[in-house]
Amino acid sequence: MTCEEEVMLNALLDCELDAVHARQVEEHVASCPTCAAQLRDYRVMRGGLAGAQMRYAAPRSLRTRVDARWTRRTREMSRRSLLQGFAAGTAATTAVAAAGVFLFVRISDETRLFGEVVSAHLRSLQGNHLTDVVSSDQHTVKPWFAGRLDLAPPVVDLTAQGFTLLGGRLDYVDARPVAVIVYRRRTHVINLFVAQAGGDSPANRRTMQQGYNIRRWRERDLDLIAVSDITADELQEFADKFSASLNSSS
Amino acid sequence: MMGAEGDDRAERFRAAALGHLDDVYTLARYLLGNAADAEDAAQECFLRAFRHFDSFRGGSAKSWLLAILRNVCRAEYARRAETATTADCNSAHGGQLTPLWESESGAPEAAMLRRLDDAAMRALIAALPEPFREVIVLREINDLSYREIADVTGTPVGTVMSRLARGRALLRTAWIAAEGPQK
Repeated sequence: MTCEEEVMLNALLDCELDAVHARQVEEHVASCPTCAAQLRDYRVMRGGLAGAQMRYAAPRSLRTRVDARWTRRTREMSRRSLLQGFAAGTAATTAVAAAGVFLFVRISDETRLFGEVVSAHLRSLQGNHLTDVVSSDQHTVKPWFAGRLDLAPPVVDLTAQGFTLLGGRLDYVDARPVAVIVYRRRTHVINLFVAQAGGDSPANRRTMQQGYNIRRWRERDLDLIAVSDITADELQEFADKFSASLNSSS
Repeated sequence: MMGAEGDDRAERFRAAALGHLDDVYTLARYLLGNAADAEDAAQECFLRAFRHFDSFRGGSAKSWLLAILRNVCRAEYARRAETATTADCNSAHGGQLTPLWESESGAPEAAMLRRLDDAAMRALIAALPEPFREVIVLREINDLSYREIADVTGTPVGTVMSRLARGRALLRTAWIAAEGPQK
């Protein structure tokens, strides 16, 4: 077999030949057992390699990261412009400031923020990323954050209200550390992101991104964002009970 | 940051690119050999693609993305080569393999190749020397035409064709070996 024939055989297999050349190669194959065997084997190889299972599906975390950057941003932006009077407005304004204290405040695009929060939520569900400190005792979880962050996140026990405290962890949102308090509702995880609120933090938001419900609210100079795959109503219930418990405990 | 115009651009990018994420990730897996590096490379690919989206002149978005991914992977190769001692990708297929045009001599004409399981096939592809592995994956798994492969790899179609011929011959030989003794 010559080099030329080998290349032509491949081109035949790949349907890259015009009719005239295809005919020529087919005629050669018909009279050449070596090429016939080769072509036959190549078809077996192709049959195996072309199977869907030889492809790799992009992990959900990757899809979220790649998608969050453009998709949800835009979708939310167009939706948000319909909401009259929402504090952030449509014009993106402040750039991310150097000062690290006002974590969520300086982010001009809330949608991007929510995208990151959902990504962090997804990440937390993989492997052993959910909790740095594992405890259902609020008096264990709360002090754990001391010294690790500039704020003391409120940790309340909501077991009696149907939300089990699993623990806490440090996470990174917009490349900065934030406190996350982790709860469970039945089999569903709720991540509550806690950061210092700034003057222009939006007060109350309910939204959904990538199939996850998000509830954002303010409480005592804190900016709180809860994320979970429980229903929006249940997440609202969580937020309400968290607030109620927080206010009754002090 | 981005205004309405930027959002329009983002939406167009998303429509053009996002559907090809699996293809990008798949090629990255085969080129880099592990999930973590592939994920990083795919993400970097999309970042770069978005940054240079204005230079995309239509045509096949899949080829365009895979070409970007390929460059990302080559940077990763270079980084690995620095940490390793000498990582000349050409040395891998220097001596021990049979020359291309003789490799098929004495190939069994009666026995047909058997199907292998997915893990075995992946291992065979992983063992192919770099330029051949790339072209095989682009053709058989990413399902690109010769012209598209030439665009992705920045090589003439003739080079694509000869690499593919050689790649398939190598793969067939390895396949037969992987089947173990016939009969």
